[in-house]
Amino acid sequence: MNTAIEQRKKRTPLMEVLFRLKKSPLAMAGLLVVILLVVVALFANVLAPYSYSKQHLTHMFEGPSKNFLLGTDEFGRDILSRLIYGARISLMVGFIAVSIALLAGGVLGAISGYYGGWIDNAIMRVMDVLLSIPQTLLAIAIAASLGPGLFNLMIAVGVSSMPQYARIVRSSVLSIRGMEFIEAAHAVGSSDMRIIFKHILPNSMAPIIVQATLGVAFAILNAAGLSFIGLGIQPPYPEWGAMLSGGRQYIRDYPHLTLYPGLAIMITILALNFLGDGLRDALDPKLKR
Amino acid sequence: MLRYVVRRILFLIPVFLGVTFCVFTLLYLTPGDPARMVLGDLATEKAVQEFRDKEGLNDPFLVQFGSYVYKAATKGDIGRSYITKRPVMEEILTAFPYTIKLSALSMLISILIGIPCGILSAIRQYSIFDVVTMIFAMIGLSMPVFWLGLLLILLFSVQLHWLPSSGFDTWQAMILPSLALSAQAISIITRMTRSSMLEVIRADYIRTARAKGQKESVVIWVHALYNALIPVVTVCGLQFGVLLAGAILTESIFAIPGIGRLMVESIKMRDYPVVQGGVLFVAITFSLVNLFVDLVYAYLDPRIKAQYK
Repeated sequence: MNTAIEQRKKRTPLMEVLFRLKKSPLAMAGLLVVILLVVVALFANVLAPYSYSKQHLTHMFEGPSKNFLLGTDEFGRDILSRLIYGARISLMVGFIAVSIALLAGGVLGAISGYYGGWIDNAIMRVMDVLLSIPQTLLAIAIAASLGPGLFNLMIAVGVSSMPQYARIVRSSVLSIRGMEFIEAAHAVGSSDMRIIFKHILPNSMAPIIVQATLGVAFAILNAAGLSFIGLGIQPPYPEWGAMLSGGRQYIRDYPHLTLYPGLAIMITILALNFLGDGLRDALDPKLKR
Repeated sequence: MLRYVVRRILFLIPVFLGVTFCVFTLLYLTPGDPARMVLGDLATEKAVQEFRDKEGLNDPFLVQFGSYVYKAATKGDIGRSYITKRPVMEEILTAFPYTIKLSALSMLISILIGIPCGILSAIRQYSIFDVVTMIFAMIGLSMPVFWLGLLLILLFSVQLHWLPSSGFDTWQAMILPSLALSAQAISIITRMTRSSMLEVIRADYIRTARAKGQKESVVIWVHALYNALIPVVTVCGLQFGVLLAGAILTESIFAIPGIGRLMVESIKMRDYPVVQGGVLFVAITFSLVNLFVDLVYAYLDPRIKAQYK
């Protein structure tokens, strides 16, 4: 009779979250799609029927067929293959941009919240200034000054979302800093760095994980937007936003060129949003049952 | 209250300076010599040097920044376009009304659809209406504005021939761009209104209102709504910034001659003074809108007013 309770006790925090996440079908569907996308991105070269740049010049603008499941584009390139390789680029941009934002914003936020005083004031006022520029616009400004390219795109999208992470990490650090176990760590002589990275940050992960999941979605959307206006990835690389932008002039006659890349973006963002929402509920201690 | 207003307005000054500094630095770090951009590749080295001296391009960074701010604050001069040679301010003022009209119209649509949907969803939590609304809100949230714009053009302009696919001068032409741009804001406002309303409905004072026999409609539309809308007002202000930035993409899809299209064209031509001016203008507009929202917020929420009595 006690085994159920014991089992419950044995669960690690990660399993506990997964257990609660399982109760939300939408979040599980989101998780499944995200895993699927990661697999597609990792094995793009095995899964894609053609290379992303192979031009079939006798098969331009074809609709879906047995040879080309989603049809071909203006250069006779297989759209499905380009979407599959595009998953690699979009996910990479999303994850790396968020990592940049998380690393830079997280360190600044942690320092700000931990030390307080003028350091806190100085850092947070700079973040306030960055926050007063709409995020997409800031990304556009940074990308315009760095120039197009994959790496610059990640930096632009990452730096533009950095202030949000700084704020979130700062407020978590602030709420944990005053607790007794931190005082205890001080008392046994732990260094500031050890306290921040070993004691405070691991305890403030929940809001950060939620923000990062939703952040990946926003980063992918933002990056696609930048590529769409010509500031992101340059041809022939198959970024979804760039594919949309390329197919745009043929929309009257060949709408499938714009339909599929847009659908790919939407499904990815939708999955990440469902997962993020589900994680928010699963990680919220107030909702623990 | 007056102290609060004055404080908030004074606080704008460092924000403006900070934004100008960020944008100016970004342009300063951009590779490429502005003198060459203006004079062209055929100009002699001597002409380029003379131009650099005349325009102060050889001055230290901070001197250049100071002179930019000084000219902007006293004469409204934020440089000249490399391409058209017209003052940037003029270019922006021609384009700005389109962007403001587009963003304001989208904001209006978002509020008119988002708030009622959010309220209905909350008072009928878990009903079919609620579930459908939330699914649509999630889809709206995940839809890239440029794709939605293209889909709307495909359906209403290409297939049905109901509405024009470009321009912004007639009311018919305004419908598609404003709809495309507002989709995300509608979703966010709906979700925010719903969750804020759900929180308020469970509050003790609502139970009191019901207990004393108040009509359900008065409880919801008077007692609950007033408090539930406070966080929604903030979200609306923040969404205005998102709409201004989203207008950049929307304008380039629907060929609307607003600031967004001006900026996209300028980025392609590497006409950086215009890009700089555009970013600055949008950021300042956003700050002003947020100031306005904060003041409305303080007006609505007596707790904030009380702090500054």
